Amino acid sequence: MINTNKNSNYISGKTGDWEIVIGLEIHAQVLSSSKLFSGASTEFGKDPNHNVSLVDAAMPGMLPVINQTCIKQAIKSGIALNAEINKYSVFDRKNYFYADLPQGYQISQYKYPIVGEGSLQITDANGEDKVIGIERIHLEQDAGKSLHDQHPSKSFIDLNRTGVALMEIVSKPDLRSPEEAASYVKKIRTVLRYIETCDGNMEQGSLRADCNVSVRKPNGNLGTRCEIKNLNSIKFISQAIQYEAERQVEILENGGVIDQETRLFDTSTGETRSMRSKEDAHDYRYFPDPDLLPLELCDSQISEIRSDMPELPDQLVERLISEYGITKYDANVIAEEKEYVHYYENSAKDRDGKLVVNWMTSELFGLLKKNNIQFNQNPISPNYLNELVELIENKTISGKIAKDVFEIMFATSKSPKMIVKEKGLEQVTDDSAIEVFVDQVINENKDKVKEYLSGKDKLFGFFVGQVMKISQGKANPGLVNKILKSKLK
Amino acid sequence: MSNLLQFSISEALFLLKKKEFSTKELVETYINAIEKTKDLNMYLTTCFDQALEQAKTSDQNYFNGNQRFLEGIPLGVKDMFCTLGIETTASSKILKKFIPTYESTVTQNLWKEGAINLGKLSCDEFAMGSSNETAAKGEVINPWNFEEKRTPGGSSGGSAAAVAAKAALAATGTDTGGSIRQPAAFCGVVGLKPTYGRCSRWGIVAFASSLDQAGPITRNVPDAALMLQVMCGYDPKDSTSSNKDVPNFYNDLGKSIKGIKIGIPEEYNSDGISSDILNAKDMTINFLKENGAEIIPVKLPLTKYSLPVYYIVAPAEASSNLARYDGVRYGARIDGNSLDEMYENTRNLGFGDEVKRRIMIGTYVLSSGYYDAYYLKAQKVRRLIKNEFTEIFKQVDYLVTPTTPTTAFKLGSTQDLLTMYLNDVFTVPASLAGIPGISLPIKLDKNKLPVGIQILGKDFDEQGLLNVANIIESCASFKDTPNGAAS
Repeated sequence: MINTNKNSNYISGKTGDWEIVIGLEIHAQVLSSSKLFSGASTEFGKDPNHNVSLVDAAMPGMLPVINQTCIKQAIKSGIALNAEINKYSVFDRKNYFYADLPQGYQISQYKYPIVGEGSLQITDANGEDKVIGIERIHLEQDAGKSLHDQHPSKSFIDLNRTGVALMEIVSKPDLRSPEEAASYVKKIRTVLRYIETCDGNMEQGSLRADCNVSVRKPNGNLGTRCEIKNLNSIKFISQAIQYEAERQVEILENGGVIDQETRLFDTSTGETRSMRSKEDAHDYRYFPDPDLLPLELCDSQISEIRSDMPELPDQLVERLISEYGITKYDANVIAEEKEYVHYYENSAKDRDGKLVVNWMTSELFGLLKKNNIQFNQNPISPNYLNELVELIENKTISGKIAKDVFEIMFATSKSPKMIVKEKGLEQVTDDSAIEVFVDQVINENKDKVKEYLSGKDKLFGFFVGQVMKISQGKANPGLVNKILKSKLK
Repeated sequence: MSNLLQFSISEALFLLKKKEFSTKELVETYINAIEKTKDLNMYLTTCFDQALEQAKTSDQNYFNGNQRFLEGIPLGVKDMFCTLGIETTASSKILKKFIPTYESTVTQNLWKEGAINLGKLSCDEFAMGSSNETAAKGEVINPWNFEEKRTPGGSSGGSAAAVAAKAALAATGTDTGGSIRQPAAFCGVVGLKPTYGRCSRWGIVAFASSLDQAGPITRNVPDAALMLQVMCGYDPKDSTSSNKDVPNFYNDLGKSIKGIKIGIPEEYNSDGISSDILNAKDMTINFLKENGAEIIPVKLPLTKYSLPVYYIVAPAEASSNLARYDGVRYGARIDGNSLDEMYENTRNLGFGDEVKRRIMIGTYVLSSGYYDAYYLKAQKVRRLIKNEFTEIFKQVDYLVTPTTPTTAFKLGSTQDLLTMYLNDVFTVPASLAGIPGISLPIKLDKNKLPVGIQILGKDFDEQGLLNVANIIESCASFKDTPNGAAS
């Protein structure tokens, strides 16, 4: 049996450790209202063949015209991934026959992609920062969809997706574990969603990955790789890589060789199986598409996009740490989604950032999860969280009371100030009022006072608890301490 | 009224405006002429009812004095142009019964200016051929010495023959390696291939995208100017179309050519070239000299590579462009037991031999391991050929060459494909370079067949090309009519 050693990322086999080498090709659907080379809509979920133009259906004499929005989106994505933007790029035809490929070729970029080398920082399995190289990003058309299960003897074709713009983001073979691969895909998704170049919707197929997996002895020569096609969830990506790596190790340890091939992941069995071998690989006969001129970008075009770039997740994390004094871990949690950031920044305004982040990530996220509510359905407005923290900061209520208030806020969406007022939950900060509570506790517990005075210091906590109890939690704990101490001399 | 078939476009427009005759009469005359010349097999589809309907609109416009630029001019359209609601087959079985739901930009431009569509003209299948013999519905017969059954040339053979036979006042053509100029020469009419990008390719069935260019085939040079004026212009739907201003080609005709420099490239010669063709070239040189042009012998040493380059680049693009004819969405479909079998059956029976041959050549030159040696090298040589023209146009303003090495040969006489391909040897270089070229008739040869001369110019200098051609045309005064023409 093969055991995986999570700590080292290595697979330990009969013959020792094996290192997994992974490179990913992520296909990210470009956020654009129309397709890459036609004016047809990209809206998801339309009836079959609803979003199809004459160009998409490859009618005779139809010509592609580049959608400038998609070009901008690719440049934006390239900038976000610290990549070189190529001022000269070329659209090529990738020729093959398939029923859902009307042109008989896919327009893609082969030798001259629009975006060159870049990099992305991820957090590896040990929580350390790791930089993953990006090889290139190119633009290409998506194919249509063949439906084989609608009729006993016929296949149906849906061309809605035909011609939709995809960015293929190719990583270098820098990833070393399924966890790293997952972290990389998550980070890419977060970045693209941030800059709004891809909605990252994996269930709808807006983000899919092909995984190239090989194994080798640690730091040995690269092994033969297999490509697992078209994975559309982060979970499947991890599972498929793990299975595939173990499969390869088993073959190699039994004296076999890895055939370079394309494999499919079966989501029901969690296994990969062969789709086609290298020998059966298509000869795509790439050549520059003569219907499209080479794409030439000028510096001003690129710098304009650069200057309009929104804040990127990494920059944001740095800013959250310095501006709000929160930990890197918390900053990363907030930075995961743009809506979190927006919420956090609004609720942390003029407040203690650490306090707010705690309320948000533990209390709020906890309640949302417990009640199975999406973040965008969150019943507590950022203003009210801000108000709640303000009540804590100015000692109107204690942290303990605040939790009760928070639950009421969650249930009613009411303002915390109003809740505190209605329920009379204000902290008692009046010395004389607290003295009354303290005196009552001392009078009712004379024996314990004796014990305390004779040296049993630990009983102090008991007195505090009693005061809080009779004040119904409203007494200011600091004042209670102070007054108790002076009275118990 | 005398025979309306004799008038050129400019004459017809003048007379229609003067109400000497009506558009309806003109269209009816042409319908009649088409019926009379049926044996020449030029039209694949006719749309007479629609044409007569449009004639009513045109007459109304003349009556109201708001006639458009080509109001009421009856035209034939090469079957490579998609025409809304009218079967468009590119002369191929694979597009049988394909009726476009859209109109090509070039033909739309013509109809917008009042021209009238008589029907669709035969051509070589997918414009691949130089003799019209690859057309699915059989070859077109050249109206010159029609009883000898000669080729009209190709691929725009139907267009050139129809204009020569007076079965259309003018026609549209497409030129990929000479498909407008060569048939124009064989049929004794004027054929203009504009600069690549001048006319939109949108809605034209693609053969080789980097070479395809639409242009007019007309009775004379001024008509070519009128037609081009309307056909060309920037089209945002074609990324390779040019946004250069369109001059008023017709109004600006007639400029003096005194002092302009005409290059005569020595390489535009071949072993079998007839003395009649060489004589036509000499006549042309003399006309130009008489009008004050300076004649300069020039060298274009890369000319000999043009044909091999063309027969790599054009089939490569064609092999990919024709992949869409797969039986899935439109046109013919011949079923099979699997998707692959359906493709095979459909494409096997749908395409003719020449088209299959070019798809195979194109697939081969693009395939892995051969791409660099063939396609990439051909593209490099193509660039050098373009540069050679650019350099030569620093020395001279225009080039004058024969359009073809021979005059129209007999149908079925060319068994050898390489000989057939050699027909394009003088027209292909301009296609590769993207520069404009025009062919016009100079004289008849000893067999009473027209001889064409080609003039080549700089990118987007169609105006100058038309001016020079206009002067040569006046001097040559070529007035003969083919015996197969309607009268």
